[in-house]
Amino acid sequence: MDGLLPELEVIRKDFPILERELAGGKPLVYLDSANTSQKPQVVIDTMVDHLERHNANVARAMHQLGAESSEAFESARDKIAAFVNAPSRDEIIFTKNASEALNLVANTLAWARGPLEIGEGDEVVITEMEHHSNIVPWQLLTERKGATLRWFGLHDDGTLDLSDIDSLINEKTKVVSLTWVSNMLGTINPVAEIARKAKAVGAIVVVDASQAVPQMPVDLVELAEAGVDLLAFTGHKVVGPTGIGVLWGRTEILDQLPPFLGGGEMIETVAMERSTYAGIPHKFEAGTPPIVEAVGLGAAVDYLGHVGMAAIRDHEHAITAYALEAMATVSGLTVLGPLDASLRGGAISFELDGVHPHDVAQVLDSRGVAVRAGHHCAKPAHKRFGVQASTRASSYLYTTPGEIDALVEALEYTRSYFKLS
Amino acid sequence: MTAQDLDALYQEIILDHYKNPLNKGLRDPFEAEVHHVNPTCGDEVTLRVHLTDGKVSDVSYDAMGCSISQASTSVMTDLVIGKSVEEAMSIQASFQELMQGRGNVEPDEEVLEDGIAFAGVAKFPARVKCALLSWMAWKDATAQALADAGTDEETTNG
Ligand SMILES: Cc1ncc(COP(=O)(O)O)c(C=O)c1O
Repeated sequence: MDGLLPELEVIRKDFPILERELAGGKPLVYLDSANTSQKPQVVIDTMVDHLERHNANVARAMHQLGAESSEAFESARDKIAAFVNAPSRDEIIFTKNASEALNLVANTLAWARGPLEIGEGDEVVITEMEHHSNIVPWQLLTERKGATLRWFGLHDDGTLDLSDIDSLINEKTKVVSLTWVSNMLGTINPVAEIARKAKAVGAIVVVDASQAVPQMPVDLVELAEAGVDLLAFTGHKVVGPTGIGVLWGRTEILDQLPPFLGGGEMIETVAMERSTYAGIPHKFEAGTPPIVEAVGLGAAVDYLGHVGMAAIRDHEHAITAYALEAMATVSGLTVLGPLDASLRGGAISFELDGVHPHDVAQVLDSRGVAVRAGHHCAKPAHKRFGVQASTRASSYLYTTPGEIDALVEALEYTRSYFKLS
Repeated sequence: MTAQDLDALYQEIILDHYKNPLNKGLRDPFEAEVHHVNPTCGDEVTLRVHLTDGKVSDVSYDAMGCSISQASTSVMTDLVIGKSVEEAMSIQASFQELMQGRGNVEPDEEVLEDGIAFAGVAKFPARVKCALLSWMAWKDATAQALADAGTDEETTNG
């Protein structure tokens, strides 16, 4: 099969969990990477080493361990900046996850005065395929400010309907926030094209890259040129640990936004009457940060960079094309989202006629195949397609064609278990 | 999970109720209607209760969800319709206790009848909410109907 990672077996050996046996001695077929990815040994070892040998608080400890810990934490920031080709390493802000990064943006925009201020009659534009994390913060913002939330609809094939882009993005538009790759439909959106339109009316452009950064090369210099101002992703989907996310923002924008949380580390000086704030990135990192998580994320992006994001994208593409073809042979199965693998990422949501997604996932689990069932935090997108829930299989750099065969075999078994054939 | 676990979960009775649900549909008259959802997976039920003289005369519903939640709704209506509210509430309590018992509660077939088929569900924490959805909705609707009846009486008396 063309496009697969040449050293797939070696890569699989890097992920200890893939060797696990499940109840009844079945091998694990992990097809839930869009939910969270598995972790390579090097990430686990780096975190253990940090805790065993270098643990101390960052920035405020005047001893050798403090210096080592600060060095490890800040060099993780350098690694992440290099991984996404950020124009400046200080533009990389550590958050708890993508949700917190998006909430940071929506909240500080709600507090902003001056050019970024949002008021009555202003508009915020999102899309119907957003994760709840990129819907709810904007609902809260627009409700609080008397602004209006608008959104791009979707075509039946799961792509964005851009036919009304000229009326949706207009002089009242203050923010355009959209996902780069959909976690439900898999659709890859034309973010640069939309960003250019948004820039033409002076809107801020926010990109939820939670599913994009794991799957394809990201060049923030290029995206910034197209007009993207802020971009969020989450560590646990890029083979890193949970508890760490990233917000990248253009310096001019981050400088104009007010602080998010107040506390230690984010200040320049504090008096009882008032305080002044540190510059970026620390202005947005109040309190002791997730140190070992950041260090783990640094190791994770190093690992992915070493394998090569272009190679990972090709692998995902090959596996997704193979999966779409194989799943088409299962009768009663309908894929939601684009059927052309080149238009999508590696998350494939589907319906199986006559069996509820919960029941599909349960029967697949009895065969060792781990998938997600439910609304995948994208209720509006499910509603758009007239379904209440779906089953989602999602691959990553360690997924093999054999695992897709196991999925299809388990789906056939599900049909027979529920007496559909 | 093994194939035996799967069979313990999907008892024949559950699959039968799933394929041929009892008392399905929304009907008049009713004193209370509630809408409950399971936020983690999106299962939904709209449920109405009709009480007459302290008796559950009808429970009608429109529900979307997995086999466990659909079958449990069907079994619930079958068990409570025709019972006194008090008796139905105690059946509800036994079912809830069984579901929340992590597999350590011995079900009473006298009380729960077909409901004992759900004993296996208690061992799957992710599915307990599916099984309980309509039972909690029924309890809520019945409490509302009783509270409304209480206020009506007060108004007439006052
Ligand atoms: C597209 C998208 N946005 C946002 C998120 C939220 O990520 P987290 O839960 O790590 O904040 C996810 C992951 O679930 C996602 O897939």
